[in-house]
Amino acid sequence: MSLATTTTAPRPGTRITDRAAAERRLGWALVAPALLAMVGVTAYPLARAVWLSLYSYRITDPAGREFVGLRNYGVVLSDHLWWSDVVTTVLITVVTVGVELVVGFLFASVMHRVVFGRRLIRTSILLPYGIITVVAAFAWKYAFAIDTGFVNHATGFGEFSWFGQRPSALVVIALAEIWKTTPFMSLLLLAGLAQVPGELLEAAEVDGATRTQRLFRVTLPNMKAAIMVALLFRTLDAYRIFDTVFVMTSGAQGTETVSFLAYRQTITRTALGLGSAVSVLLFASVVLIALVFVKGFGVDLGRARGER
Amino acid sequence: MRPRSPSFGRVARTVGPVLIVVWTAVPLLWLLSLSLKGGDHINDGRFWPAAPTMQNYRTVFRTDLFTSALRNSIGISLVATALSVVLATLAAYAIARLDFPGKKLILSVALAIAMFPTISLVGPLFDIWRTVGLYDTWLGLVIPYLSFTLPLSIWTLSAFFREIPWEMEQAAQVDGATPWQAFRKVIVPLAAPGVFTAAILTFFFAWNDFVFGISLTSTGRARTVPAALAFFTGASQFEQPTAAIAAAAVVVTIPVVAIVLVFQRRIVAGLTSGAVKG
Repeated sequence: MSLATTTTAPRPGTRITDRAAAERRLGWALVAPALLAMVGVTAYPLARAVWLSLYSYRITDPAGREFVGLRNYGVVLSDHLWWSDVVTTVLITVVTVGVELVVGFLFASVMHRVVFGRRLIRTSILLPYGIITVVAAFAWKYAFAIDTGFVNHATGFGEFSWFGQRPSALVVIALAEIWKTTPFMSLLLLAGLAQVPGELLEAAEVDGATRTQRLFRVTLPNMKAAIMVALLFRTLDAYRIFDTVFVMTSGAQGTETVSFLAYRQTITRTALGLGSAVSVLLFASVVLIALVFVKGFGVDLGRARGER
Repeated sequence: MRPRSPSFGRVARTVGPVLIVVWTAVPLLWLLSLSLKGGDHINDGRFWPAAPTMQNYRTVFRTDLFTSALRNSIGISLVATALSVVLATLAAYAIARLDFPGKKLILSVALAIAMFPTISLVGPLFDIWRTVGLYDTWLGLVIPYLSFTLPLSIWTLSAFFREIPWEMEQAAQVDGATPWQAFRKVIVPLAAPGVFTAAILTFFFAWNDFVFGISLTSTGRARTVPAALAFFTGASQFEQPTAAIAAAAVVVTIPVVAIVLVFQRRIVAGLTSGAVKG
């Protein structure tokens, strides 16, 4: 039946028509500017960061630049501060992404079911997403501050200084992050919920499955792809946390994160060599997280959006 | 039979929406009320202002640091958005419509860059920009904004362009339209919503950016609002900047609220198109 396709199809790659060649050229011409803008600003500075990380180099003392091999990495990795910052960053990431997953799913369930006021809810859920992170951080900081805040007055915390010690400072930082980024999570989960076939849920209900069973056996497995993609994006984003920490504590009280350390070394201290080592290590950990998601959990971003 | 509890569905339909609106509204209302508090009331620990005043808004609009930052933020965000959308549209059209090797590579590169920790780059960029004279200029911020918004724009647009019925272009030409007419009257209206969505998301990114803003600028020449806010001090060094920062924060939130109110459907479509099939 399909003999024709096996005999007459030209072998791919051996010869292409002029038309196909022209299409290729046009395709590359159209993507080239975007590709150049993306790669030029990331690949070259990254390569330079790797190169700089092998030198002892401060901008204020260009003449004193000296090749030190991997010594900067040794300095960073043997420093207590680096590991304490890693722990802080991981803690913030795990707590915020975990809470966001639960709250985001509840929000998505509400939005999925709601009949009246869809527009109002969609508007209000998008506001935290669109608002400037620094602005959100200020709003939460002032709400919890001893002098200007209303939280202590409203809840009977009295003169409790939220930013005075590590645990409570981290709680406020995490709250602000959760408030700002849960909408993104819930919108991705809402799109996933919409893909769960309604007939499956009805069939499970007819068969006597409880609400909990329907949730864990039908709904969640059917939206696994959406959950994993949302988790991946949010984890990588949370791990880069910088703005909120900068505004709220400037890294005081043991709230410094890895990104903040990189910023402080490169920009504030202008120690480009050491700072670049921190930057490269930060980049490496982000790649590692992405690899764990893609290889370990099998997140296929291409398939998730309908690519071949 | 076990007693019937109110079903989750009913709770979700009635209480849920109220909770969501309260959750998002409280911090925003707090910021607004803080910005309306006068100097005597700023530390009164109340949620609502006792005697609302516009004084803080007058203060910020008289502060050069803020007005120049606002000008920079608007200008840089708009320029970056325009450039990014043009480049992304060209690339996404090629990816959606043309057959050429390396398509998948480009989408992968875009994805990798979307996940990039931007702070890793500020050190080298700081160094390079100072050498080539881009430090503390508009272009010095436009370029990194371009690079980091292109990935999302390309993903959103190529997913969107795939759904466009391109045959209609030929159909219009068969019906006697010139190629330019067919493009302008048929394709542009179909593609515009997607391009618009990409533009909104790009604008949000540039408007929100803080990392590049504080690292690659130093003066009112190019410093943007988020960066300026972090370095804001009171009119005198004895005056607390809290109320002024709140007022400035409200001012830069107004465009966000306006965009969300008008284009909410597009934003949702754009945010989810890149990540979930459909």
